[in-house]
Amino acid sequence: MKRRNFLSLTAGAAAATGLAACGNSGPAGDTSKGGSGGGDAAGYWFLSGPPGEPIRQGAVDRFNKANPDNQIKVTTFQNDTYKDKLKTALGAGQAPSIIWGWGGGGLKSYVDAGQVDDLTDWFAQNAAVKNKLFPASFGPATVDGKIYAMPAETVQPIIVLYNKDAFAKAGVANPPQTWSELMSILPKFNDKGIAPFSLAGQSRWTNMMWLEMLFDRIGGPEIFNNAYDGQKDAWSNPAAIDALTKVQELVNAKGFVKGFSSVTADSNADQALLYRGKAAMELHGSWSYGIIKADGGSFIKDGKLGYFAFPAVDGGKGDPSNVYGNAGQFLSISSKASDKQKETAKKFFASMLDDTEQQGWIDSGGVPIVQGSNAKLASSPDKDFLNFIYDVSSKAKNFGQSWDQALSPSSAETLLQNISKLFQLQITPQQFATNMNATIGK
Amino acid sequence: MAWPALVAFTVFGLVPLVGVLVLSFSSWSGLTQDVPFSGLDSWKSTLTDPGLPHALLVTFLIMALSWLAQTPLSILLGVFIAAHSRYRSVLAVLFFIPLLLSQAAIAITYKMLLDPNFGLGASLGWGFLQQDWLGEGNLAIGVVIFVVSWQWIPFHSLIYQGGVRQIPVAMYEAAEIDGAGRVRKFFSITLPQLKYTIITSSTLMVVGSLTFFDLIWVLTAGGPADATRALAVDMYVRGFRTGQMGPASAIAVILVLLGLGLALLLRRLGGRDTTESQLEGI
Repeated sequence: MKRRNFLSLTAGAAAATGLAACGNSGPAGDTSKGGSGGGDAAGYWFLSGPPGEPIRQGAVDRFNKANPDNQIKVTTFQNDTYKDKLKTALGAGQAPSIIWGWGGGGLKSYVDAGQVDDLTDWFAQNAAVKNKLFPASFGPATVDGKIYAMPAETVQPIIVLYNKDAFAKAGVANPPQTWSELMSILPKFNDKGIAPFSLAGQSRWTNMMWLEMLFDRIGGPEIFNNAYDGQKDAWSNPAAIDALTKVQELVNAKGFVKGFSSVTADSNADQALLYRGKAAMELHGSWSYGIIKADGGSFIKDGKLGYFAFPAVDGGKGDPSNVYGNAGQFLSISSKASDKQKETAKKFFASMLDDTEQQGWIDSGGVPIVQGSNAKLASSPDKDFLNFIYDVSSKAKNFGQSWDQALSPSSAETLLQNISKLFQLQITPQQFATNMNATIGK
Repeated sequence: MAWPALVAFTVFGLVPLVGVLVLSFSSWSGLTQDVPFSGLDSWKSTLTDPGLPHALLVTFLIMALSWLAQTPLSILLGVFIAAHSRYRSVLAVLFFIPLLLSQAAIAITYKMLLDPNFGLGASLGWGFLQQDWLGEGNLAIGVVIFVVSWQWIPFHSLIYQGGVRQIPVAMYEAAEIDGAGRVRKFFSITLPQLKYTIITSSTLMVVGSLTFFDLIWVLTAGGPADATRALAVDMYVRGFRTGQMGPASAIAVILVLLGLGLALLLRRLGGRDTTESQLEGI
């Protein structure tokens, strides 16, 4: 009992000094609505860099202006460092009030640690907020039937982008419709000194997208779902072995750009390879469009960018409309935030994806996860691409979540490690399956 | 008046060390404020993990090869700049520049220079430079050792320069009277007299190589696959990427023990009188 008192006292003192350090002018623990000006601002961490950063910042600025009593303070981070920083902050009890993330397995680990609030009731009370969004976007936000995050921003399926100039140079008329067609055009590009596919292999999740699509096309979504659900030897399924073999065939056929294992996705070098004509195609998330638009000069304006859905695999069981990717981005509320900060966060959630923000995402080359947002696409200069993404996302029989986001962080690391070895041809498909089967149930 | 140092060592050295030791007996995910204890589980899973021997191998490989690359060059450079002449002093200052740069900055620079598509090789059109430097396991280890050597050879040259200047001139004069040439003087006087300097410099290199993290992380992130996944990188990935603070702490303890063991071993190699003045014997 004594120890407990001591602990709660020190915790209270730490919180008090923390608040004082933030320059809190209002009375501590003031939960009354419309309290004194200023109040304790809700911290909001998200990823830096175009095209997302200015749009997120804009949404916060408009909210702060409209709600003088509920202020949000922004801190931005680079992609690869963000997750580590966030985990450290959570462990130290210094997490921001609003946590930007990808949902899925990462969110589940926060939920298991009691770090984020259950928002199920809030969504029940605010049906308008919920009904506005794509139903699929709630999948990665849900853990054990409860909603722990507000889906936000854009839907980002994985698609294939291509350079029309490179296609013309290599004498390839049309994008490949099937896997065998895809394999048959590889030498045409290589003969012209153009790498068929760009790939940022050092980041590893980029390689994983190939497996996601191939597993699905060959065996349907249940192949991965079985592994996810802990079914014994799920990775040894013949469809899985077939997909893993096809990836190594692609590597052996010089399908990827030279040195792909040292290219990182954070530097956007993989998109640069595409728009500079050093690679003909790239399998990547639809956000690449925004990056190419921002960095690629007049590449898109000149009509040189093409895109198509991942080809069907001959004889594959998966529906060719299936797609993988991000069904949205996800904002959770830290359970350690004060009542006032939580109130601010929820108010902010309700204000999200207003017309201005939707327009911002559309202008950046994204499709907001808002039902019927395709009505707004017609006026966009990128309307062809955006309609393509809207169709791919809304017509998909199954919109799968990225594997590394769906799995627990430790299984995800083992998976990425093995994928890297698979692409390096250091392990055979059978060894990959054996290594991954060993993680099932852990 | 040793107590300020003692307090600093206790607060910043011993306390975290004990903290890590305690954590290695937990299954802490890093996400909560309370730490669940799990006895020897973390140690068992760490010691039976096939990743550990590999990480040890990579660590020792980088340690041994970077020692082999640095030591002879540092000695030669140290002897060279120890001679008194003005342009050598200027050179000594120039050599020192790599040491002033941060490892992360060096790593980013080399990563860009070595990029097979946009780097130096591709820009100059030199086929030899157009290797997949960081995308192939053996090459990537070679690059790590090269960059480490590039950064640290100047520092160790400076240590050797100091060592060489400590050698009494009388010894060289006596050798010259006996008719010894340059090479003979180097192997019979300079090198034996540098024995303790070699041990000091080697201790710094060997123990220091256990902590290589930022350079490897920025250059290769432990890849390709796990080719450059040294112990420190492995520790970071386990702790912060997969949320297994227990096993990560166990690796940290192993690193501390390795460092201590190697330092003691090198001291033993140097004999008991390593710390005594070297001038007494003449």
